[in-house]
Amino acid sequence: MKRSGPFRLCLAAIAMVIPAALIFIVLFLAQYAWQAIFYNGVRFVGTINWSLGNLYANPVVSRGYHVPIGADYGILAFIVGTLFSSFLAILFALPVAVGTAIFLAEAVPARLRPGLSMLVELVAVVPSVVFGLWGIYVLAPLISHDIGPGITAILGFIPFFNINNSTGSGFGLLTASIVLALMITPIIATTLYDALLQVPRELRESAVALGATRFEVVTKTMLPTVRVTLIGGVVLGLGRALGETMAVLMVSGGALNYLPGTIFTPISTMASFILSQLDSALQDPTNMAVKSLAEIALVLFVITLAVNAAARVLVRGATFVRNL
Amino acid sequence: MSATFDTKGKRSALETRRRALSAAGWVLCGFAFLLIAVPLLDLVLTIAIKGASAFSIKLFTTSSNGVKGGLLAAIVGTAVLSLGALIFAVPIGVGAGMYLSEYGQNRLGSVIRFLSDTLTGVPSIVLGYFSYITLVIGLGWQFSALAGSITLAIMIVPYLARITELSLRRVPITMREAAYALGAKDRTVAFKIVLSAGLPGVITGALLALAISVGETAPLIQTAGWSNYLWTGKLTHEPIGYLTYVIWTFINQPYKSAHALAFAAALLVMLVVLAINIGVRIVLRRRI
Repeated sequence: MKRSGPFRLCLAAIAMVIPAALIFIVLFLAQYAWQAIFYNGVRFVGTINWSLGNLYANPVVSRGYHVPIGADYGILAFIVGTLFSSFLAILFALPVAVGTAIFLAEAVPARLRPGLSMLVELVAVVPSVVFGLWGIYVLAPLISHDIGPGITAILGFIPFFNINNSTGSGFGLLTASIVLALMITPIIATTLYDALLQVPRELRESAVALGATRFEVVTKTMLPTVRVTLIGGVVLGLGRALGETMAVLMVSGGALNYLPGTIFTPISTMASFILSQLDSALQDPTNMAVKSLAEIALVLFVITLAVNAAARVLVRGATFVRNL
Repeated sequence: MSATFDTKGKRSALETRRRALSAAGWVLCGFAFLLIAVPLLDLVLTIAIKGASAFSIKLFTTSSNGVKGGLLAAIVGTAVLSLGALIFAVPIGVGAGMYLSEYGQNRLGSVIRFLSDTLTGVPSIVLGYFSYITLVIGLGWQFSALAGSITLAIMIVPYLARITELSLRRVPITMREAAYALGAKDRTVAFKIVLSAGLPGVITGALLALAISVGETAPLIQTAGWSNYLWTGKLTHEPIGYLTYVIWTFINQPYKSAHALAFAAALLVMLVVLAINIGVRIVLRRRI
């Protein structure tokens, strides 16, 4: 048997399309954003003001580039919005996912397990725009009328949790975080569920023999052995939350140039901002706005790349594609 | 269980507390499951009820004018974009998966696998922006069916490669050995033996990829644009409509008719996505 015939080379060439696509994405984004990177410098990630400038006046030369008068591209508010909403989403999703995984792996009769675990998996396949629709129609009113006033009644003495300090529309940080949490809970839960089913039988039996209750067996002997996988699942979920666009765009309220003062305040994330601003950025005759958006895409790409690489190191063989 | 050692038949305070804590723990776990299951059921029911009430013959035979009418153009557009994506993605995805499963047990294989997973993790909005600057502006195709399809294809190729690899790997090694022993060449073994034995898995992958394309929105907004009119068959220089765009924009309009269309579109998308995902899972479980 030959080591490499023409057929194998042919297949290898096809397989190389995937790495090539990835490299093309980085190169073209970087090449397109190049001028913006130099024009914006560090202020890009360090300042809050995003302004296209006066698009009707003649462009001026600023820092060596033609840009509209008063143009300023600072994305700190969007970085904060992205990190804050993803952090809250993980905060909500983690306990729910752990509970769900334990419930499915240990509490449910084996007969019901496939059906119920499929239910959880299905949450992960709901298109993000449909989550957004549900968020607009169900969740935002719920937060505006019930959950928000409820939180205010309990924690209202802290300005950050008081809905009266915001517009109270129901579109904002909390709504976006809850929708994101719904989207990433199944990712964390299924990762943990798979790992719990793999825990060696002996470990469980030893714990039972020592007199542990069944719940103690799960929390004190099984969970510690799958701790690393759990962290990996969380990081995997984080990667999804950071790059989520549609659902966040639809329920976040779309803030521009301010940091969230309460959990009910509208926000923008980097991903949602790229999409919502493309139309207005195209009005800029100097193209610097569109190039700055490309720079946001590049920053987002680098962040998710790092996060996903970390997840992969933590969960051996982790992929977004589950072995069904 | 531990109570069997208790001769007095009474539990110590510590044991009572442990049992109470455990019971509370189980209740919390069940509650956590409800927290994820109830929103899903509510979402499905809301969209089913609101969407179904907007269904009519007109919905499938006319196109929308922006606030009312039907979804014909969007349905055709979604079909064109998703099937177009499959045409590009299946040969590449299946070929790459075949390489990884048959000859990929080496350094190059692991590198491709790693980068393929990385590509899966790239936010779809970033892919959309990439396609926007290369295809829509760079090649001057403008918002078009071709730009949209290729963008979706880039998204689903890594899924297809991974699922193909996993399903081809399950084909027993003895089948390959038997074929080689009969004098079969690499190509014959790969296509006639391995691929035909692993075909159900590959079809599964293609179906799941189809479900992903049908539900995708953000990258299409940047590459396919939007059009109220039925697709005329032009691959470039003509924007094309799709169902997910209807969901996104029509819900923000002040008209009842527009909202009804948004929910109808959401129901159509959910029907495709859920039918594929539930069907695939049921078939796979029955086989195992």
